[in-house]
Amino acid sequence: MLAALGIDSMEGLLVDIPQSLRIPSLELPNGLSEFETMAQVTSLAARNRVFPDRLTFRGGGVYRRFIPAAVAAVTSKPEFYTAYTPYQPEASQGTLQAIYEFQTLIAELTALDVANASLYDGATAVAEAAMMAYVHTGRKEVLVAGYVHPEYVDVLRAFSEGRGIKVKKGSEPTAMTAAVIFQQPDFLGLLVDAPELTKRAHDVGAIAIACVDPISLALLAPPGQYGADIAVGEGQQLGLSPSYGGPHVGFIACHKDLVRRLPGRLIGTSHDAQGRRGFVLTLTAREQHIRREKATSNICTNHSLCALAASVYMTYMGAEGMRHVADVSFKRAHALATRLAALPGWELAFPDRQFLNEFPIRVPNPAAVNRKLARKGILGGLDMHRWFRDLKGVFTFTCTEVNDARAMDELVEAVSS
Amino acid sequence: MTEPLSFEKSRPNAHAPRLPDADVVAAEAGDVIPRELLRAQAPALPRLSEPEVMRHYSRLASMNYSISEQFYPLGSCTMKYNPVANEAAASLPGFTALHPYQDEDTVQGALELMWRLEQALCAVVGVDRVTLQPAAGAHGEWTALRMIQAYHRSRGEARTEVLVPDSAHGTNPASAALSGFQVVEVASGPDGRISLADLESKLSSKVAALMLTNPNTLGLFEREILDIAELVHNTGAKLYYDGANLNAFMGVCRPGDMGFDAVHMNLHKTFTTPHGGGGPGAGPVGVKADLVPFLPTPTVERMNGHLKLDFKRPQSIGRVRSFYGNFGMLVRAYTYIVAMGGDGLTQASMDAVLSANYLRKRVEGLLDLPHEGPCMHEFVASARNLAPNGIKALDVAKGLLERDFYAPTIYFPLVVPEAIMVEPTETESKPTLDAFAAAIAEIVKEANESPEKLRHEPHSLPVGRLDEVATARQINAYLQGLSEDPILRWKPAREQPC
Repeated sequence: MLAALGIDSMEGLLVDIPQSLRIPSLELPNGLSEFETMAQVTSLAARNRVFPDRLTFRGGGVYRRFIPAAVAAVTSKPEFYTAYTPYQPEASQGTLQAIYEFQTLIAELTALDVANASLYDGATAVAEAAMMAYVHTGRKEVLVAGYVHPEYVDVLRAFSEGRGIKVKKGSEPTAMTAAVIFQQPDFLGLLVDAPELTKRAHDVGAIAIACVDPISLALLAPPGQYGADIAVGEGQQLGLSPSYGGPHVGFIACHKDLVRRLPGRLIGTSHDAQGRRGFVLTLTAREQHIRREKATSNICTNHSLCALAASVYMTYMGAEGMRHVADVSFKRAHALATRLAALPGWELAFPDRQFLNEFPIRVPNPAAVNRKLARKGILGGLDMHRWFRDLKGVFTFTCTEVNDARAMDELVEAVSS
Repeated sequence: MTEPLSFEKSRPNAHAPRLPDADVVAAEAGDVIPRELLRAQAPALPRLSEPEVMRHYSRLASMNYSISEQFYPLGSCTMKYNPVANEAAASLPGFTALHPYQDEDTVQGALELMWRLEQALCAVVGVDRVTLQPAAGAHGEWTALRMIQAYHRSRGEARTEVLVPDSAHGTNPASAALSGFQVVEVASGPDGRISLADLESKLSSKVAALMLTNPNTLGLFEREILDIAELVHNTGAKLYYDGANLNAFMGVCRPGDMGFDAVHMNLHKTFTTPHGGGGPGAGPVGVKADLVPFLPTPTVERMNGHLKLDFKRPQSIGRVRSFYGNFGMLVRAYTYIVAMGGDGLTQASMDAVLSANYLRKRVEGLLDLPHEGPCMHEFVASARNLAPNGIKALDVAKGLLERDFYAPTIYFPLVVPEAIMVEPTETESKPTLDAFAAAIAEIVKEANESPEKLRHEPHSLPVGRLDEVATARQINAYLQGLSEDPILRWKPAREQPC
């Protein structure tokens, strides 16, 4: 190839780089064979402690659930995972149709009009929704009601600060409020009065943003049912492994009045000259590559493959399967809560509040509980005091369809010993 | 070939999958939770058997072009081969099963990997620290601008403007605007490089940063980068590096040495993590010492061989996403870097530059080449020489699809009319590059001899050219209440009882 270019060394192609900038080499070791590489990476993996699914009772935004083998069988198809963002629709119908189906699945699940093609995670989804509300209402305050995931609130603050938006805590919106943001169930696992919070937002002309658990929507009222304007959430439970926190997938759905404010990609149906249906990226006038500094967001790459995983999960499970795992999780969590609350020194932290499959409980010796459990190979509850001063000694425990009755026995035995 | 939607294939009597039963004594949710908090109508999700699900997605997969089957010369996107060892590494249960809130002493391997990846990225781009938290390139840009904003504010300076060249990626101005900055455009000179005179006229004490990619989006190295850095720094502003084009010079030179203060990297471009049809990617950001206090929390710190997450960073801009970033993508990028080593990464960049220049030479005379070479890892051609036949860059792109190549990036950068931006990457062989050049030659011949035929390509893909204008029009009708069809989703014929 050098000969075709009429030069005899690579130097002929690097002439524009000032000599003073050239480095002799990278300060990195030389490359390794695949065998040696894998040995090194595998040894790092081996330095982590893996708790089995059935003995994991820790949630806080990332949950162990049954993942059908179909999910990985689809997402590991190289036609999906090595494709680019579908800029050329004729050569990307597989990705486009799959994501159009994802948009429909999320819109159905949230009972809202339109969902986008995905966002990075639940935290950025909350922040993006707040930005929509700010632009839509022209108001510069957002209200976070109750125990919303503290990391989501952190990200919301980071997004808000640059644009001069105030993030306040409370559940009494005013005429200054752009949005009321709540989480259902909340970070502690408790149910909030979502219809009432939505009404309060609407009473002052603010947008109601519901951050929801997608599995819970098989059972709980979806945001569209109680009139919330925007639904967002974290889709990890829809077929994605914990993977130390990512990659997972954020979702966002909204009422049709807000569609033009949506961030990120949107896919719609189209037709070719022969009348065949196809799918295209659309409403791109909202996006950075067209509108530049006037775009609704800066999103380019999002989380398409994770959205595909979620689609496969929802399509495989169906409404009935999702309802089944939501019911099983509910029953097991309630059975576990009853057993733990009966132990000496243990008591439910909010005995008058309803929960789904994660619950806050006061434990007698916070420092010792998880140590005891870890000794038995159990990943115990999550200490809420890390984030909330008023929740000293309160842990949340979570149950799903992977925590069988015997695993619960093991947990109760271990903390009782 | 088209494939019905999963919703259209749905059968009401398909069996739900067998799932574990509760096996405990507890009340039903429906009896305990107040009715207004319960779902009234089941969502209309499809009902399909497992074989139907698998066949549906297999058929969809077959309708995609991808790196696994096609050459993907998308300029600015660095669509290189994704080594399968990366996937094997990221699938290790020692990584996939980790809960993000496990105690630090149970995730030392994961933290060690993140720490080593940070060190390696520091070495490649020449910075002091790197945050691995941003989920994508644009997210990284925004994170860096937030840090730059915090830096100026910490010095009591309210700088409100960010300079962006007219040839920049659209994410640059968008990220600046979302950080609350006013965007000021800087012109390119006739040679495609940033105009120093225009830059100088726009620099002031109001400017927080200049965002630049090098090589620029025309594939040209900004020869005057050291002068640019000096001009920017003299006004107290910071220089930001858009890492989309980092594949051009790994091991040859480093953005940090050029004077860049903050650098984002796209692990899904330069470091071979797959693009997934539009993510997930990862957009780590590297910074020089004076921006380090503002890094997002947590950072990974190493003390006496023990690794920990540091949340106590008083000047930090806070969190930019939940947990610690797209960890699975970090594993893939780390695996790639270990396998390639310093020598391999350097060779990769050399080969990428050679491939681009070779391909540029091969299309010379076929398409317009508006700027003088040599180029770096990519080049921009123009289809304006085909305009007399009524042929546009779009037609060339569709002609390539018909010939089993993915199309280059078209109509970008905006400063070149009918732009065709080609980035072959180092992982393509000479025969592939030759075949691509031959396809361009065939298309140009067709453009001259039977342009009407070219305007109707592609014929052999699942669908022909789609009417995107009609789609946008129909959505408008829906949003204005003039139509029931939302276009952006399938609508069930009837609601199902819960």
